[in-house]
Amino acid sequence: MNGFNEERIGRLLRLLSPAPEGWVRAAQELPAARAMLDELVARAEQDAAFRLQLQADLERAVAAAGYEPSPFVVSRLRQLLRTD
Amino acid sequence: MPVEQSDAQLVSRCREGDPEAWNEFVERFSRYVYAICGRGFRLAQHDAEDVFQEVFARAFERLAELRSDDAVRPWLAQLTRRLCIDKLRLLARDNPSEADPDEQAIDDVLGELDEAMTVRAALDKVGDPCREILDRFFCRDESYRTIGEILQMPAGTIASRISRCLEKVRSELDGRDRGSQPS
Repeated sequence: MNGFNEERIGRLLRLLSPAPEGWVRAAQELPAARAMLDELVARAEQDAAFRLQLQADLERAVAAAGYEPSPFVVSRLRQLLRTD
Repeated sequence: MPVEQSDAQLVSRCREGDPEAWNEFVERFSRYVYAICGRGFRLAQHDAEDVFQEVFARAFERLAELRSDDAVRPWLAQLTRRLCIDKLRLLARDNPSEADPDEQAIDDVLGELDEAMTVRAALDKVGDPCREILDRFFCRDESYRTIGEILQMPAGTIASRISRCLEKVRSELDGRDRGSQPS
């Protein structure tokens, strides 16, 4: 006997409400975002003008480079450039 | 009906670079991580979102470091817990009234969430339509009427279906329990 009666099952199920769809989608897109970040960091390392553009206005520079400046990409890129 | 994979099988596929596996990984654990942030640490929604994304970003980057694929759930719980505490400490710098959380209370919530994940796994095993009916009623808080309309079932039958589905989940959990007992 495991002690899971119907009432307890219902109560436990209630604890796991779905996370907002946008959060889940953003997390699922991490592999693609990761690849994008690698490309952007590599370019910033090789291209001084691009690095300056990123420092001046990160979101605009990312968009101008043809990438989607999602909040995750922007915040992660900010961290990476700060620690580089 | 697709066969539900164990956590270890799913992690192994993620490590092999199967893109669909990562989607499933996020789908499987998103509620758990969300609940730890919200129910465990009572983070405001925008703070919870930061932690949620950071948990999955680190999980993606560090999945290869996991010692045992079976241990992914406690590993994620520990990672989420640590990042929630970091977030609370960061918030407390601006607002000293925010204290460190009560560790015992957090342990209790995490214990319950772990049980909830076990129930959730049993529900996945039972499959649809029970999975959808119980998910809509208990997790999404939808009314009998809404569920009936969406699933094209008479609203008057939803309560009895919920009851039968709960019974199926209980049987599934009982079976699991028997299977795990030493003979």
